[in-house]
Amino acid sequence: MHISSKIKSVPPSGIRKFFDIVSQMKDVVSLGVGEPDFVTPWRIREACIYSLGKGYTTYTSNYGLLELRRLIAADIEKTYGVEYNPENQLLITVGASEAIMLVMHAILEPGDEVIIPEPCFVAYKPCVIFAGGNPVTVCTDHTSGFLPAPEEIEAAVTPRTRAIFLSYPNNPTGAVMPKETLQAIVDIAVKHNLYIISDDIYDKLIYGETHTCIPSLPGAYQRTVYVNGFSKAYAMTGWRIGFAAANPELLEAMMKVHQYMVMCAPIMAQMAAIEAMKNGEQDMQEMVRQYNHRRGLIVKSLNNMGLECTTPKGAFYAFPSIKSTGLSSEEFAEKLLLEEKVAVVPGNSFGDCGEGYVRCAYATSIQNIQIAMERMSRFVKKISS
Amino acid sequence: MNEILKILETDCRLSPEEIAAMTGRTPKEVKELIADLEEKGIIRRYKAVIDWEKTGDERIFALIDVKVSPERGVGFDAIAEQIYRYPEVHTVYLVSGLHDLRVVVEGKSMKEVAFFVAEKLATVDRVQSTSTHFLLKRYKEDGVFFDIPESDKRLAIVP
Repeated sequence: MHISSKIKSVPPSGIRKFFDIVSQMKDVVSLGVGEPDFVTPWRIREACIYSLGKGYTTYTSNYGLLELRRLIAADIEKTYGVEYNPENQLLITVGASEAIMLVMHAILEPGDEVIIPEPCFVAYKPCVIFAGGNPVTVCTDHTSGFLPAPEEIEAAVTPRTRAIFLSYPNNPTGAVMPKETLQAIVDIAVKHNLYIISDDIYDKLIYGETHTCIPSLPGAYQRTVYVNGFSKAYAMTGWRIGFAAANPELLEAMMKVHQYMVMCAPIMAQMAAIEAMKNGEQDMQEMVRQYNHRRGLIVKSLNNMGLECTTPKGAFYAFPSIKSTGLSSEEFAEKLLLEEKVAVVPGNSFGDCGEGYVRCAYATSIQNIQIAMERMSRFVKKISS
Repeated sequence: MNEILKILETDCRLSPEEIAAMTGRTPKEVKELIADLEEKGIIRRYKAVIDWEKTGDERIFALIDVKVSPERGVGFDAIAEQIYRYPEVHTVYLVSGLHDLRVVVEGKSMKEVAFFVAEKLATVDRVQSTSTHFLLKRYKEDGVFFDIPESDKRLAIVP
C-alpha cells in the first residue's frame, strides 16, 4: 500500500528502541521521562471530577472556553506585560504539540524553510515536514551553553526561510536564552520579515533567572506565535491542554486547521485547566522548588563522576557530555540500561549535534536520583578503567 | 535556612553533601547551619513516619478534647504542662473552639487509655471535662498517605 513520501521521509523515533527494551526489564530507575513525576495537583483533578458530575461533556467553542482564554490572557499580561485579546488572539489546543502543528500548516508553502536550533524536542522537525516545509537546523553544543549565536541563525536564512523556531527553556538541554540574544534574533526576523515561533512550555520551570517572553520584545509581537500549555508547569501532561497566542489574522488561520482537525480541546481538560489557572500557583511553585533541589543534586553528581554537565537554567533535564567515555550516545544509553538498569535518552534523539550527550530527566524523586547516580557512577568508572 | 529545614522535614536522612548540592551551598556551610539549628532547638528531633498497623504491633491512640479553667498568671500553660509530662501523652495542643486542649494519648489497649483518662487526665486540677475519641484509622499523617500506595504511572521513556 502507498504511504506518503512526506511521512516516510521522517525516520522512526530513536527513543522507541529503548522504550521496548525498558518495558521488558524490572527495577529500572528511569531518568528518561520527559514529564513531571508529580501527579496533577488534587484540586485540579477534583475540579475536573466536579465538572463531569455537573454534566460538562460537550463540545466547546473551537477557540476553547472563553473563561479559560480570559484567565490565560490575564496571566500572560500579569507575568510578561504582553496583551492578547482572549476573543480572537488565543486558541486552546490539544497540548502545545497541536499548536505547533497548526502554526506550520498555517504559515508554510511547500518548500518553505523553518530554522530550528538543535538539540531540540523531537516533534519540531516532523511538524515542519508534515506541513510541507523543510527544517533547517542550527547546531549548538555545551561550549556555548547550547545557545546559537544570532549570526549563526542569520547565516541559515535563505529566500525560502519563513520562520525561526525557538524553545527556551529547552528540552533536552535546559538552556535559557538571554534577553539580548533573543532581541538580536528578533531583529533578524524583522530584517528578513520572518515569523518567530516560540515554544514556551517550560517557562515556569526556571531557576534563579527571569524568563523573557519573546512577544514582549520590541518588534516581536506581530510576528511571533507564542505557544505554551499546562503539561509541565502544572503536571498535566495527560490532559493535553496547550494554547497558542498570535495576531488575529494568523490565529484565525490556525483555528481553521484546528477546527477541522480536532474541533476543540476536551471540555473536561479545559475545566481542569481553569482550576489550574485560578488556584494552581502554589502547587506549581512547590514543584519548581523541588525540581530546583533535584537539579543541584544531579548536576553535582554527574560532574563528580566525570561527565561534564553545564548547569541547566530551566526545564527538568540535565544534558551531560559523555564524550570522555569514548562511547556513542546510543551505546552509552544501551549499556547503562542493560548493565546498571538506569534509563537515559541518547542525545542524538534530539538532533545530530546531540551526539555525545545523554538526557537525564530529574523529574523523579531525590531517592531515585540518588540510586541512579550511584549506578551511573559505577558504570562510568567501569567503562573508563 | 528555611530551605534546609523544609528539605530535612521531608527526608532527614539526606547527607550534608547532598543537601549542599540541592541548595547551592558548600557541605561545610550546611553542616554548620544544621548544627546551629539543632543547638537553637529549631530542629527538635529526627524521626520516621511509621505505619505501626502494618507491623501487627497494636497501638491505641485517642484524641481527647479537654476543657479547663485557666489559672491566673499562667493561663493554660501550667495545666498543659501537668498533662504533657505523662509519658502516655503523645501530643498536646492548645486549640480554639469548644474545647481548650487537644491531647493525644497512646496506650496498649482501649482499656488502658480509658483508665488513664479517667484516673489521671480528668482528675487534674482545673480540668472541667474530657471527651475521648479513639483513633480508628490513619489516612494521612505528616503529609504521608497511609491508605494508598502511590505508584508511578508514567511510561519509562518519554521524549
